[in-house]
Amino acid sequence: MKFRELEKNCRKSTEGFAEHMTLAILGDCATQHLAKAIRGYAYTKEIAMDIFDADYDQMEAQILDPGSELYEKQPDAVLLWFCTEKLYAAFCKCTDRSRFAEEMMEKYKRYYALLEQRLGGRILQFNFTEQDDRVFGNYANKTAESFLYQLRKLNLMLMEEAQLQKNLFVIDLAYLQNQYGMEKIKDAKMYYLAKMPLSTHILPQVAAEVLSVLEAIRGRIKKCVVVDLDQTLWGGVIGDDGMEHIQIGELGQGQAFSDFQNWLKELRKRGILLAVCSKNEEDTAKEPFLKHPEMVLRLEDIALFVANWENKADNIRYIQKTLNIGMDSMVFLDDNPFERNLVRSLIPEITVPELPEDPSQYVSYLQSLNLFETASYSGADKDRTRMYREEMDRKDLQKQYGDYEEYLKDLEMKAQAKPFDPFHYARIAQLSQRSNQFNLRTIRYTEQEVEHLAKSKDHLTMYVTLQDKFGDYGLISVVVLDKMPSDTLFISEWLMSCRVLKRGVEEFIMDQIVELARKNGFQTVTAEYLPTAKNAMVSELYERMGMNKEGEGRYRVSVSEYQAHKTCICQEGELQ
Amino acid sequence: MSREEILEKLNEIFQDMFDDEDLEITEETVADDVEGWDSLMHISLIEEVEDAFDIRFTMVEVNGMQNVGEMVSIIAERM
Repeated sequence: MKFRELEKNCRKSTEGFAEHMTLAILGDCATQHLAKAIRGYAYTKEIAMDIFDADYDQMEAQILDPGSELYEKQPDAVLLWFCTEKLYAAFCKCTDRSRFAEEMMEKYKRYYALLEQRLGGRILQFNFTEQDDRVFGNYANKTAESFLYQLRKLNLMLMEEAQLQKNLFVIDLAYLQNQYGMEKIKDAKMYYLAKMPLSTHILPQVAAEVLSVLEAIRGRIKKCVVVDLDQTLWGGVIGDDGMEHIQIGELGQGQAFSDFQNWLKELRKRGILLAVCSKNEEDTAKEPFLKHPEMVLRLEDIALFVANWENKADNIRYIQKTLNIGMDSMVFLDDNPFERNLVRSLIPEITVPELPEDPSQYVSYLQSLNLFETASYSGADKDRTRMYREEMDRKDLQKQYGDYEEYLKDLEMKAQAKPFDPFHYARIAQLSQRSNQFNLRTIRYTEQEVEHLAKSKDHLTMYVTLQDKFGDYGLISVVVLDKMPSDTLFISEWLMSCRVLKRGVEEFIMDQIVELARKNGFQTVTAEYLPTAKNAMVSELYERMGMNKEGEGRYRVSVSEYQAHKTCICQEGELQ
Repeated sequence: MSREEILEKLNEIFQDMFDDEDLEITEETVADDVEGWDSLMHISLIEEVEDAFDIRFTMVEVNGMQNVGEMVSIIAERM
């Protein structure tokens, strides 16, 4: 996309767009073109983006003055842009150069603290495009007094700080510089003439990165990759060539396919589910995953394996239903343009990248799309595939039972409900960003906000973990309760992973909520359902749970009248 | 490329950038004549024109251009 088109989008009406965002841009350079690019790019995603764009010499005042327009606007997120040119100017004036990066970081940290305290929203910050003054030549890598050394150190310190400050997200301009080159991203005269550190040619890519991060924070992320096999995961056709002759590893162009599989495996470890969708006999298709010594992906890496002769759109719908995730969180990879077009036309929500013809370009092309942006990561992500596979085993067991209740009893479910604790902040924040369907008020929490809730005296919190005889689901539900006047406890958020639906877990949690209310001396529990495009499944949850409807989406139940449910879940441990 | 050809190509760029199919620029056209041609737009315009003709203006040229004609002259010189 070209900057010119984004600029034009800014003049188009965003009326009717369901999504709205407000973003403040604060830079020590000119940011108007960037603001246009972001607004224009948001338009292509059907997001109405309201941008507060401060003058570049106003940056400090906006952050420091508690009465500034910035704080009046209360944007959802703030984008900070400290440019390399200004950094260099500050470096030249600095006397203790070996400590320059630390000094800058101290300044940023003061800003983060003020923004956190007065806004509480997300902070996005560009890292620094790399530039060296060549005053030391290559020796710059050998002395802490060089600009290059301090700049690279500062970029690393930003990454370290972003791990501590959960509300801070770094946007990687240095990566874009690497991809596109200095020639494309900068024009020195534009900095002198207009204080523009980046050329308009690169702004569409910059805007795309900003939007990716903002969308990931909002929970718009990819969760699953559906892959074809022949000519996609390996060279050749398994049904014709036989397992010995498919190209993978050392054979033919096999290395390109191995690298592609390796990349998919890395995604799997990050928590992306892999599913196979192939026109093949199932046994033939599975054979390489079981027996080929050079296959990188093995059967246990695949959450769901579908090989038959049905049309791929139907198979993908089956995969989506079985994994129980949104179609817009899925990516379909197939070397065959016919299949891609078929899927694209029958399922418009799914992302179907236009894979290059040359398999050696698969990985670099897919990486350039940055499809897998995320706003959270926890160590448990690598287990997600295993959990889904265990789920398949459960479904198999379920088929053997005539009576669902009997089946549930046989699962030997055990659950624990506990107040938020530091070990689970990351996972709680992540679940709040990922859950769209079973989510009563769709509030997205960052880790920082989770920590705040955990420590707050005005709230009670609860997370629930579940296991059964097939395995451990881990943390599957989050509840946040607000203490209200007149002994009332308000369920300000309740969300749950859809993987555990219809097992009595909702009933179990509702019981826990009321029990928690009772123990803490509350008389009444109230709740609210806020509809979104995706959470219709819980529109009648509170009624089903035994609460009384009081008005549109509002519910109430008195603790003394509440009837606890009968479930097949054994409770472990005590509530707070 | 003749001055006329350059002007014609510029006209296409202007029409697209200012979203106005009826826009007809001449060598005498100045920023005030075109709705939306402010200092921000000037920067985008310069980069678009540089791209389209595969040339680079100097800093002084960007600052000193008084009308479209001067832009045409600089482009003609470079081609």
